[in-house]
Amino acid sequence: MPVFYGKEVASRMMLGTAQYPSPAILADAFRRSGAGIATVSVRREAGGDQAGQAFWNLIQELGVAILPNTAGCHSVREAITTAQMARELFDTNWIKLEVIGHSDTLQPDPFGLVEAAQALSDDGFEVFPYCTEDLVLCERLVKAGCQVLMPWGAPIGTGLGLNNLYGLRSLRAHFPDTPLVVDAGLGLPSQAAHAIELGYDAVLLNTAVAKAGDPAAMAEGFAKAVEAGALAATADPMEPRDMAAPSTPVLGMPFS
Amino acid sequence: MSQDITILGGGVAGLAMASEFLAKGAGVTVIDPAGRPGEHACSWWAGGMLAAECEGALAEEPVVRQGRKAAQWWADQGVEITHNGTLIVASGRDQSELMTFARRVPAAQWLDAAQIADLEPHLAEQFTRALFVEREGHMNPRPALTSLYDRLAASGVQFVTKGASRGQVIDCRGLAARSDLDGLRGVKGEMVIVRTPDVQLARPVRLLHPRFPLYIVPRGDGVFMLGATQIESGERTRATVRSVMELLNAAYALHPAFGEAELLEIGVDARPAFSDNQPRIRRIGDRIYANGLFRHGYLLAPALARMTALMVIEGTEPEDWYEDYR
Repeated sequence: MPVFYGKEVASRMMLGTAQYPSPAILADAFRRSGAGIATVSVRREAGGDQAGQAFWNLIQELGVAILPNTAGCHSVREAITTAQMARELFDTNWIKLEVIGHSDTLQPDPFGLVEAAQALSDDGFEVFPYCTEDLVLCERLVKAGCQVLMPWGAPIGTGLGLNNLYGLRSLRAHFPDTPLVVDAGLGLPSQAAHAIELGYDAVLLNTAVAKAGDPAAMAEGFAKAVEAGALAATADPMEPRDMAAPSTPVLGMPFS
Repeated sequence: MSQDITILGGGVAGLAMASEFLAKGAGVTVIDPAGRPGEHACSWWAGGMLAAECEGALAEEPVVRQGRKAAQWWADQGVEITHNGTLIVASGRDQSELMTFARRVPAAQWLDAAQIADLEPHLAEQFTRALFVEREGHMNPRPALTSLYDRLAASGVQFVTKGASRGQVIDCRGLAARSDLDGLRGVKGEMVIVRTPDVQLARPVRLLHPRFPLYIVPRGDGVFMLGATQIESGERTRATVRSVMELLNAAYALHPAFGEAELLEIGVDARPAFSDNQPRIRRIGDRIYANGLFRHGYLLAPALARMTALMVIEGTEPEDWYEDYR
């Protein structure tokens, strides 16, 4: 199972907590997903204050690790302030760092991301950066102190799956020892299975589950896909080949 | 001899409850420290959509089934209901939201540009495709609450701001009863009221968006209610710039003329809700709590009241949302 900053997590699934039809459905989706980490937005679902206490209690009752995020932050300063707030509210050094560079695609701002990651790492945070699959960016993030990388599969909330297979594969090859998580853009369990088959350590989901007609069923679907992908990744899959290879031997016709 | 009923709280839940008990011949007293309906009640800030089918896109089945009866109930109380249905639109890039909505709301039918122009001429330029749910209505919540209050007061319901309770207590205090009710939480909502003579709409319009869905309810005389945010927080004050901006932005996207509209009011409150966003009739000791109407105050208060009154007066167990904690 994946290890993030020295902490082993019991599942390859991280699940977001936004946009569910109701908190009861959210809790149900978590139960059926078996997710080990819940990402929580600091901006809107503030943790410690009285006002958001009911929601925060519900998240705590899920019994999973909390990964606060800086969702919706468009500048380095805003992201750092939000991270500091998160540390206080949720009592954790973990922070999923989002610095959004483009409001239509919610594409990460790679320059701001590296700057914020450096500042937060220096300040003792354990940063989970939401990034693109750009190799150079990821190298800079690791240099800035990140021990996890979270490239997108596709823009947040699109459900388009793994848009740049080559990029994701080469990232895995270049960072064999850094935990890699596909963060955004997954819409279907098959896409999550694919990410894990590529050797990714985990996937993070939110919209695909929360906006499904039956979020809990979709969560379980993803859990099974992730398990399938993990089994495949350890089972040394066959190499694809161009010519057919009969799987049933034809008796009496050797080497046909 | 008629049974004495004391209702705590005079918002939409309490007033609907008073009506149903009065209709069953009970002697009803409503205790509300604020007196007449007003801005202290979360229902004061509501949109007033009676849109059970549309709510079904996200709400559980009983909400839709019970909500379908609301329009008739309000009409029976002498409240003016407009039965023009609901129009659902989305911007060009959010068409997938419209497809999802169509799948999840069986009563929604597709409209083309000409049909949109027929129903809402002012939206014809903005949208070439929309969904329409015919069997839905809307009402203006504030006059509805006020007229229901006056009607009940005239029919013998006692309204007091304090005092001892008599007979069976029905607690309809919303979030104020939070300390008594396990699992009740607040969901903050912000809304805006604007006025413009340049837009005319005959029915509520929902603008679907993955992050900032908007509904806009025409109130007549060029007045429109724009709602509403849903934030997991019990905070009942402090409308934020971000939320108001999102609402206004969405309205502007619906029709550019909203850019010139006069800003009449910014409202904020928190809806009482249980974790599945469905209401409850909960017995604890001698008291019965009717609470958790979430964003469905006008849609579900009649059903909640009807089931509670039937239970207390005739001993019928409610078909939905009943919990016995005695």
